[in-house]
Amino acid sequence: MAATDTTVEIPEITAHSVEREPRGWLSWVTTTDHKRIGILYLVTTFAFFILGGVEALLMRVQLGAPDNTFLTPSTYNALFTLHGTTMIFLFVVPIMAGFGNYFLPLMIGARDMAFPKLNALSYWLLLAGGIVFYVSLFFHPPEAGWTSYAPLSSSAFAENAGMDAWIFLIHLTGISSLLGAINFYATIANMRAPGMGWGRLPLFVWTLLVYAVLLILALPVIAGAVTLLLADRHFGTGFFDQSQGGDPLLWQHLFWFFGHPEVYIMILPGFGIVSEVLPVFARKPIFGYKAIAAATVVIAFLGLLVWAHHMFATPSPTVVLVFFMISSFLIAIPTGVKIFNWVATLWRGTVEFKTPLIFAVGFISVFLIGGITGVFLAVFPVDWQLHDTYFVVAHLHYVLVGGSVFAIFAGIYYWFPKMSGRMLSERLGKWSFAFMYVGLNVTFLIQHSIGLDGMPRRIYEYPDVGNLALYNLISTIGSFMLALGVGLTVVNVVRSMKRGVVAGPDPWKGNTLEWFTPSPPPQNNFDVIPRVRSVEPMKDIRRQVARQSEAHVEVGAESR
Amino acid sequence: MRAALAAHRLRHPRRVFAVTLAAGVVALLVLATGASADLLTPPSGGSPQADSIDTLYKIILAVAAIVFFGVEGVLLYSLVKFRVRRDAVPAQIRGNTRLEIGWTIGAAVILVVLSVVTFVMLDDIRNPPNSDASGFPTQRIANAQDATAYQPRPPSGRALNIKVNGQRYIWRYTYPDNDDNILNNAFSYDEMVVPTRTTVTLDIEAQDVVHSWWIPELGGKADAVPGHTNYLWFKIPRPGVYRGQCAELCGRNHADMVARVRAVEPAEFARWMAEKKRDIQAANRLAQERRAELAESPGATQEASDTP
Repeated sequence: MAATDTTVEIPEITAHSVEREPRGWLSWVTTTDHKRIGILYLVTTFAFFILGGVEALLMRVQLGAPDNTFLTPSTYNALFTLHGTTMIFLFVVPIMAGFGNYFLPLMIGARDMAFPKLNALSYWLLLAGGIVFYVSLFFHPPEAGWTSYAPLSSSAFAENAGMDAWIFLIHLTGISSLLGAINFYATIANMRAPGMGWGRLPLFVWTLLVYAVLLILALPVIAGAVTLLLADRHFGTGFFDQSQGGDPLLWQHLFWFFGHPEVYIMILPGFGIVSEVLPVFARKPIFGYKAIAAATVVIAFLGLLVWAHHMFATPSPTVVLVFFMISSFLIAIPTGVKIFNWVATLWRGTVEFKTPLIFAVGFISVFLIGGITGVFLAVFPVDWQLHDTYFVVAHLHYVLVGGSVFAIFAGIYYWFPKMSGRMLSERLGKWSFAFMYVGLNVTFLIQHSIGLDGMPRRIYEYPDVGNLALYNLISTIGSFMLALGVGLTVVNVVRSMKRGVVAGPDPWKGNTLEWFTPSPPPQNNFDVIPRVRSVEPMKDIRRQVARQSEAHVEVGAESR
Repeated sequence: MRAALAAHRLRHPRRVFAVTLAAGVVALLVLATGASADLLTPPSGGSPQADSIDTLYKIILAVAAIVFFGVEGVLLYSLVKFRVRRDAVPAQIRGNTRLEIGWTIGAAVILVVLSVVTFVMLDDIRNPPNSDASGFPTQRIANAQDATAYQPRPPSGRALNIKVNGQRYIWRYTYPDNDDNILNNAFSYDEMVVPTRTTVTLDIEAQDVVHSWWIPELGGKADAVPGHTNYLWFKIPRPGVYRGQCAELCGRNHADMVARVRAVEPAEFARWMAEKKRDIQAANRLAQERRAELAESPGATQEASDTP
């Protein structure tokens, strides 16, 4: 450096491995590196996603024709229980923790999580929960649905140990998530780069913060509930048994007091990913940063007050129904604000149609449907017709597949270059999106009509009346298109790991600090942690580099 | 020339938006009112509150359609219009407080409107009307002990009350009358027979696990929860059969737990009830005779003392 005039050094990526990366399987088992744990999370949860998907396909085959005998009633009930539980507890919630583990420290300019060993424990507890649950396949899988309503889940009606495997899954994954949440919170609160105030926190980190707080608030409730269930099943208590002075509705209240925040736990980090991806590919700052961050907090708060909208058909006084209708309506406002802000982020930008952006935009367009059908279900008289029908199945899949899964895929395509050092194939990515998008809509749009046609959920067969046979066949065909789309991304990831184009540190010209490291980042992430001066530190850095290199070339002071 | 003008007009963003919106709403309304009733709207036609729910649903659907086509329209427009081009420069806008407050209030207003509409229609859905004069003559029904629970009662207080009991995997219906011994009341399984033009109130209970009573064309569903009583009503104008099934997972044969409501003319219902009562009385008489026979026969006492 000619170092006579410069007061500020040119920022450059100076991180490099001090030691050689450890290799071999033992290094993965013993790792406390947040990036490796993140990859363990991502790979494990994706494997569970595939499992849950296969379970869904089996169910769709059974429902492809009326009065089908492909599956027995007990297998079918086991399948939807496995499917729901897997997708929620072993895929969507922990995969968000996977992204969080990998990118949270990088995005806030930290060298690891606050508690690296605790972080490793979180992962191993998750894996243990998944194994304990799936081992039930070898004796007797649970059949009471992912909601495990009492008394159906009591020892009188579910005497086999599958139900207990479910309880242990809830406990193990619950502790895993709780430890992870505390870790996230501590890391965000204490380990941000110099200059990164709350107003400069990347939006994905904002959503992880709220995700962590919601987990801390909601998980103890379900942990308590399943402990009561365990005591009812084995120690002769009667918390959910009306004949002993208990109440089956107590289970429903406890379950949904956890269950509804869980929905936001699953979708908020997805909102965060979309809020990161859109501005990068529109080349425009996020529209209304503060509004989006505030909406996240408001959604989380209201999310704690809407649980009984899952119970509109239970015996309830009108005033209770009205309260939960209004609170559910209120939550639509901040959600709507987010959607408007995302659309406004694209407005007057220069939108580059790379796969991450396409998934993010696909997310907005289908999540909107899930949001709107949510308003239908919030109106309790209408819910009396729609509750527990395929309309609800359609609604929740638009939220969780159209919402969470599309956001997750946007995240995979956006961050894969950082994690592997190689680009994913754009062509395969776009085909994957096309199949997933069409597949999602073919599968689930018609399910609204299946529900309106009077078909309840969780039934293993249906008679050939009305249009049910046709509608269900359409849905089944769609589910295989969706699966094909997911499969293409798996192929893409496997192929690109070795053969992808080398990405370099910042292939997308990102806004946040993870792009200020080599790809993949070294163990210590950053040798020098840059000072943060805005929400888009990488933009500042790029600008500074450009300015100063220019100054160097011209050897003088051409100020901006 | 005219075509060029039209094309020019269409290029205007607001016009494209408005045209898309209008076309979408019209298409949806045509579909909604068309023959394919089950494609877009819930079942109705069996009871007044099912029709009210259907109307409420259609109002929400219309509002939803406007929001849906509006947002998707703007999204699609901005993707097409603002896709990356060689000379395009992205506008570095970070927000617009007025706009943001505007759409927050806009969203709130829509929801206030939907709340008000729901409140206006709620009375018709929740509270049953009186039976018609030509309906089945019914008695005044007493309120349950639990005063906080909601119980639908017509203004006259008179309705045909039926107790519905969910059991794995069948529904039992009991028709209470003046006989205090519930075993002497008329009852049936699977098929509930009710008179037309008469307000019917249901007290819904469950014997084992949670079930949900649902006959789509007769209005919404009501969960049957052990230890609780749930309430529902319907009033069927014309004779007919209405089918439904249990809507809450209750075990392996949940899919086969079907229910049927057969509405018949009041006179026929009276005959059906009388026949049911006669059957029960006959069965009681028969049982009494058998008991008497057993008591008289030698060894009866011996037998009785043998059984613990």
